Amino acid sequence: MLPLLNCPSINTAAAVKISTDFLTKYILPLLGIFAVLLIWTAVAGGVREEKTASGFTKKIKTGLIQDLPGPYETWVKTKKYIVQPFAKREELDQGILRFTWYSLIVVAKGYSIALIIGTPIGFMLGLSKVFTRMFDPIIQILRPVSPLAWMPLGVVLFMGAGKHANDLGALFTIAVCSMWPTVLNTAVGVRAVPQDYLNVAKVLKLSKWKTLWKVLVPATLPYMFTGYRLSLGIAWLVIVAVEMLTGRIGIGNFLWNEYNNGLYTSIILSILTIGFVGWALDRLMSLLESRFKSI
Amino acid sequence: MSVKNPKMLELDRLWKTYDTPKGPTTIVKDFNLKLKEGEFATLIGHSGCGKSTVLMMVAGLSDLSQGNMILAGKEASGPGPDRGIVFQSPCLLPWMTAFENVMLGVNQVYFTASKTERRQMAEYYLTIVGLGDAMHKRPSELSQGMRQRVGIARAFALQPKMLLLDEPFGMLDSLTRYELQEVLLELWRRNRITTLMVTHDVDEAIFLSDRVVMMTNGPEAEVGDILNIPFERPRNRKEIMEDPRYYKLREHLITFLNDRSHIRPSREPTFKPSPDMAAELATQDFPVCTMTA
Ligand SMILES: Nc1ncnc2c1ncn2[C@@H]1O[C@H](COP(=O)(O)OP(=O)(O)OP(=O)(O)O)[C@@H](O)[C@H]1O
Ligand SMILES: [Mg+2]
Repeated sequence: MLPLLNCPSINTAAAVKISTDFLTKYILPLLGIFAVLLIWTAVAGGVREEKTASGFTKKIKTGLIQDLPGPYETWVKTKKYIVQPFAKREELDQGILRFTWYSLIVVAKGYSIALIIGTPIGFMLGLSKVFTRMFDPIIQILRPVSPLAWMPLGVVLFMGAGKHANDLGALFTIAVCSMWPTVLNTAVGVRAVPQDYLNVAKVLKLSKWKTLWKVLVPATLPYMFTGYRLSLGIAWLVIVAVEMLTGRIGIGNFLWNEYNNGLYTSIILSILTIGFVGWALDRLMSLLESRFKSI
Repeated sequence: MSVKNPKMLELDRLWKTYDTPKGPTTIVKDFNLKLKEGEFATLIGHSGCGKSTVLMMVAGLSDLSQGNMILAGKEASGPGPDRGIVFQSPCLLPWMTAFENVMLGVNQVYFTASKTERRQMAEYYLTIVGLGDAMHKRPSELSQGMRQRVGIARAFALQPKMLLLDEPFGMLDSLTRYELQEVLLELWRRNRITTLMVTHDVDEAIFLSDRVVMMTNGPEAEVGDILNIPFERPRNRKEIMEDPRYYKLREHLITFLNDRSHIRPSREPTFKPSPDMAAELATQDFPVCTMTA
């Protein structure tokens, strides 16, 4: 874009084009954010102080949604979590990114398990009609089950592990819930491998193993990565629920504790953080995904 | 190769029947053909008559409904690297370079050779087809014609008993097609692999092959006629075109195909113009379209 501006032959049409690009790319999103902030401020509650006849000051809640903190109040009250994002003052009083980091570690573990188990299952579903007939109904039934429902089962499964039961249950829940997109997308990808590629393998009499690694896996990679991206999104959704239930330290747990303590500004901070991190993870995965699609 | 096998490929009463919603349809019926070792045969016929079907059966990628197929004295079943195949689209694996695509086959067939020998073999064939400088590019970086060159190099590098080509130049412009015909002949001159090639192009068939096998129209297509091409090898396109026999041969093929063309409708059209439309048509001058062979 920029070199165009220095180009002497630039015409007005191009200039207009650049400015509309700039408008749609930066100005419109900013306008959207501004609009939401405005509505938020309008409906948020506040506190008005009033002197009573007996000389005491009385606090009176105002606003449409009295208990919803406004943007400014949120900023003031949560500043300490943001400006020192990695600080650790106390167990339950840490920087917001430090909490996020704890959650990310658990997500990474559970998500890895999901990929390690989900990818081969996807391949088997894609390759074998018998396997599909056998397990597809079970998968379709287990897939829509909420993480809140899996969590207790996870803990029960690892009861024998004593004090680690909660942690293992959390990993189990993340893995089970986030596995399905990987399983299903991989299976679709394997079924979509062009017959031409399989014919190459057949004509060359490639062994099963070679066909898998030289033909099937490379041909399925774009689908697998779509699955991986969706799975990561779900894993990140699940962690919040898991932390609320188990009390593991992390961003979801922070949110829940602060809610119980009546610090509603922290809820908003947590939601925004969870959203940003989820968005960043998704961007990261789609970068990877497009790399494999371009082959 | 000391003694040439007079019967490299024997197709004995091949049938192919597909199950369609309207019941089983026999596409190919009683297809008989014998190829000598080192012979280059082309298969010509109208679109949809079943040429690819025959080729896929010979390749082992499609089952025979009935009949026998004997390759070099042995009953052939299922695909294998003893039959190199080139399709209309070259089916290269897009995540591998041209070199890796050829190596995939070479590694498979010459697993006893050393790694250097195998590399040299792949490089040799890629160089002959004119990809000496582009062999480490991915298919997406190559033109359609270059990809087809890789496909041909891959098939030859297997040094198969037979080469099966299904309209390998069908998607190329005529200049590239001429070029690739020469490339194919050059490879074939060095190593006379028995070849069966499907084509639509009468001139291509005459220029390349020893015999042209003409197929009747489907369903139930079979061998209609076989034409011997007497030109000496190595062949030169210009000399052949100037040879008086060339037009006789061409005439023969075109007559065969024209007699079986789909231009004449076999049934009365069901759509009839209304009187209004007919009147309107009559008042206007339309350019008359003529069909030329
Ligand atoms: N799997 C199938 N099921 C049913 N009919 C099929 C199937 N495959 C091919 N056919 C039919 O068999 C006939 C021959 O097909 P084939 O592809 O062999 O023709 P072709 O001579 O190679 O034509 P073209 O020159 O257009 O490539 C066609 O009419 C096609 O509709
Ligand atoms: Mg065909």
